[in-house]
Amino acid sequence: MIRADILKEIIPVISDKLVVSNIGLPSQELHMLDDQPTNFYMLGTMGLASSIGLGLALSQKETVIAIDGDGSVLTNFGTLPTIANNVANNFILLIIDNGSYGSTGDQPTYTGGKTSLAKVAEACGCENVVECKASETKEILEAAIQEKKMTVIVSKCQSGNIPVPVIDIDPAVIRYRFMEEIKARN
Amino acid sequence: MSITQNMLHAMVKNKIEFVTTVPCKQLSGIIELLEKDERILHVPSNKEDEGMGLCAGAYMGGKRPCIIMQNTAIGVTINTLVTLIQYYRMPLPILISYRGEVGEKVQCQVEMAVHTKALLEQLKIPTYHFHEPNDANEFDGILNHTFMAKKPVAILTDANFWSSIS
Ligand SMILES: [Mg+2]
Repeated sequence: MIRADILKEIIPVISDKLVVSNIGLPSQELHMLDDQPTNFYMLGTMGLASSIGLGLALSQKETVIAIDGDGSVLTNFGTLPTIANNVANNFILLIIDNGSYGSTGDQPTYTGGKTSLAKVAEACGCENVVECKASETKEILEAAIQEKKMTVIVSKCQSGNIPVPVIDIDPAVIRYRFMEEIKARN
Repeated sequence: MSITQNMLHAMVKNKIEFVTTVPCKQLSGIIELLEKDERILHVPSNKEDEGMGLCAGAYMGGKRPCIIMQNTAIGVTINTLVTLIQYYRMPLPILISYRGEVGEKVQCQVEMAVHTKALLEQLKIPTYHFHEPNDANEFDGILNHTFMAKKPVAILTDANFWSSIS
């Protein structure tokens, strides 16, 4: 399974949840498959999906799912101790770990080598860390939402991309409709 | 009221409820006050761009944010300021310890000080420079202006400004 296959499977679970999605193809795939005002698409700023997600989870009541990538977590490793030490039980960090920089041409990342993001997250103090196969992602994500415990999920999958259109929504509109939805739910 | 209390008072008055910090010696007093204040959630960050991500999330969740950092971090945050805070039109007061100005003891700090205002000008970030202790009285109005404008706004605070408390 590649990232797009995981997204297709988890859409029924995340469709009505607040989602912060990573820059590049992950956001473009989610936008193509299931555009919702509850999705915050990152159009720039690699690495900050987990930080935005944590800030959001700490500031309101609804469940927040940050969909991140291995490359992006590697570029913002400082996020993991911050997540571990500021527990938000409405926050789930889903790292889709395909061992490559998918949006830039599938160059390998170190998670395809010796580095385990799950072990790093644990060493940083994250208490609920689950590493799973791509095919188990939906079930584990559903359980994490039910449990209402801050969870880091590392879903290991194959690298590869599908053709997707660019996101032609003004960033201020993405932000505005996301905020209106959050206001209505809190 | 001390400078630090004055600054904190302006934050609370402007309904700032989420503050992230990366420390600087000059900022230790205000960070200590923040940490103790129950009206404000203080989430220390490891790097300033990470901190700006936290602030963006807090803002969208309905809590007014503020980041407190040193001017040496401006380079680290340029991409985040441009492609997240400015691009999505979010307000963000950036309270900056302006190291490397008159009174500085660490020579290396001067190297970044000479670029600080030029970089902020290049990014078209409204910038205010607090030099006299009384300049703290402007903070309330600047914070109000920041959330009205929905822009990142820089408040540079130099050694002379903080001198009365250190
Ligand atoms: Mg990847």
